[in-house]
Amino acid sequence: MSSPLVGPPVAKTKAMYCPNCGGPVELRGFGHALTVVCPQCLTLLDASSPLLKILQEAQAAQSRRTPLIPLGTRGKWGGTTWEIIGFQTRAVEDEGVTYEWEEYLLFNPYKGFRYLTNYEGHWNFVTPVESLPERRAVGSRPAVFFEGNLYRHFSGAQATTSFVLGEFPWRVQVGEEVLADDFVDPPSVLSSETTSVEVTWSKGEYVPGSEIWKAFALPGSAPRPQGVYLNQPSPYANKVGGTWGVFALMLFALLAVAIAYGMLSRGDTIFDEHYRYSTADTGEPSFVTKVFEFDGRPSNLELTIHTNLINNWAYFNLALINETTGDTFDFGREVSYYAGSDSDGAWSEGSQASDAIIPHVPAGRYYLRVEPEMEGSQTPAEKPAVATPPAVATPRSRLPGKTVFYEIVLRHDVASYGWFWLAALLLLIPPVYSTIRAAAFETRRWSTSDYPPTSKGG
Amino acid sequence: MSSPTANCPSCGAPVTFRWSSAVQTVCPFCHSILVRSDLDLKKVGTVADLPPDPSPIQLMTSGTYNNKKFDVIGRIIYEYEQGGWNEWHIVFSDGTSGWLSDAQLQYAVSFLVPSAIPLPPEDQVTRGQRLTFVNIPFEVSTMTMASYKGTEGELPFPFYGKTNMLFADLRSHADDFATLDYSDSSAPMLFVGKTVPYEALQLQNVRQFEGWA
Repeated sequence: MSSPLVGPPVAKTKAMYCPNCGGPVELRGFGHALTVVCPQCLTLLDASSPLLKILQEAQAAQSRRTPLIPLGTRGKWGGTTWEIIGFQTRAVEDEGVTYEWEEYLLFNPYKGFRYLTNYEGHWNFVTPVESLPERRAVGSRPAVFFEGNLYRHFSGAQATTSFVLGEFPWRVQVGEEVLADDFVDPPSVLSSETTSVEVTWSKGEYVPGSEIWKAFALPGSAPRPQGVYLNQPSPYANKVGGTWGVFALMLFALLAVAIAYGMLSRGDTIFDEHYRYSTADTGEPSFVTKVFEFDGRPSNLELTIHTNLINNWAYFNLALINETTGDTFDFGREVSYYAGSDSDGAWSEGSQASDAIIPHVPAGRYYLRVEPEMEGSQTPAEKPAVATPPAVATPRSRLPGKTVFYEIVLRHDVASYGWFWLAALLLLIPPVYSTIRAAAFETRRWSTSDYPPTSKGG
Repeated sequence: MSSPTANCPSCGAPVTFRWSSAVQTVCPFCHSILVRSDLDLKKVGTVADLPPDPSPIQLMTSGTYNNKKFDVIGRIIYEYEQGGWNEWHIVFSDGTSGWLSDAQLQYAVSFLVPSAIPLPPEDQVTRGQRLTFVNIPFEVSTMTMASYKGTEGELPFPFYGKTNMLFADLRSHADDFATLDYSDSSAPMLFVGKTVPYEALQLQNVRQFEGWA
């Protein structure tokens, strides 16, 4: 262009003076500010008037709040430099309790305005939304749909501006009221502010205070957040799926181990003998079996007793004895089986068989000592003394007594799966724990909403 | 693009049109507002010194919209009780023209929609009203009474000295943007376009701000 005018000169920040107290008032937002607050006397001034006309008388000195991030501080957020040029606190009242939060106005001369909000250590980076979120409902509760996500209504209340500092591109009034509604989809929140003339929307993203401290190079560390905030991301929600995923993976691995283990176990039958025992028998009921042997790595030994018991029980005192060393492993097994039928039909209780696992038995030659007992077995004291053989058979010894036929089977190196179920149960602990924690977190979140969860599950 | 040139009827300085369809321009030397019929220029007023203005856009700024390059060749400055905004007149390399609005650094690009569509008269537009234009469901989100504050550069129609003009801004559930312009209440105009983030415009030759590299 051949014009001598090559556009406006470089824009500069302005320093002016407060008409109330005469103190300096700095304007950082170039020509955007409509309201500026005198930092000395807290008078609200018309930033668009050449001599800063007074808009609202000075705020009471005791209402002064000190922003955690000083005005004029610059920081880099999302690749853009932002300067804090305004600060306000707003409050809602609920059942006589006042809840107040901070809002910082961020400015970049090309990209415009953003906000940081802080409530009890919970920060949000807030961007104005120009489109109109679509109103929907979740059940009977309001919701809005925006950019593909559903935001559920959290709370709505009259918010009152309680303190202002710095400058704003709109007319600010202390005591000004808007209807503030929040819709949440953690970590995002969509907020609407309704006045008599318009509804404005903004979108907040939950930000850990430490990131703000880093971005704005603030001294010290961010205050610890108190409680659970409305769009605070649940530390558990993201983990729940993960813990179940890990559970599925581990279970799969466990299953693979169990299958491999089953295939590696030899499970050879090394002993299989049939016996008979009767309470009518005289003499010592205990006996030792023939010797059996096995080799290989120390492994378990599975003993199974199969009986023909019905409506009766038997007890077997057992001992596994190493023929070479004399090492003995004593144990016992009870077998009981009852069956019949009544008005409800056939029933049965117990089993005709029982088994036992003897873990980690080294290779070698072994035998069993077996001593069966049944109802009616003679205790040693009752047994006729050998020294006094009866002249005639006692009537008792002629009774048929009770008889059991049984089979003892020994298998070596048997796959056993008890550990599998125990491990699977242990693996369940983290996902179940995180699921419960996630639910508890959501309960805490919604307890401060307009829809507090009730114990009745309302 | 041809660049018709004429002399300012007020001061005699050469006035060049960068866009052949321009109807109005401002003499860069004496600030006379000049309305053109063919190459005959008529002075209809004078632009007062423009107030300091914080828009990063200026005449000669160029940018991109919908993968098409545009140049900023003119603007209208509006003011209302809550501030002001700029409508930058942009011209694409194919000769079409549109508007890049900058309202407190929120940007939108829109185009005049030929008046085949019946538009509601000024007194029948209310906030919250739903209207469908070019198959987009809109809702009237803001109503603004504004005044002319100044113009710069080349405009597609004569525009000067107007006050109390009603503008109805419309939004959709997405990034659509529309304005019903009642600056001539007997012939309302409809502009439809999109809101655009600053980065997407890829602006070049923008203003410099002290302390902001």
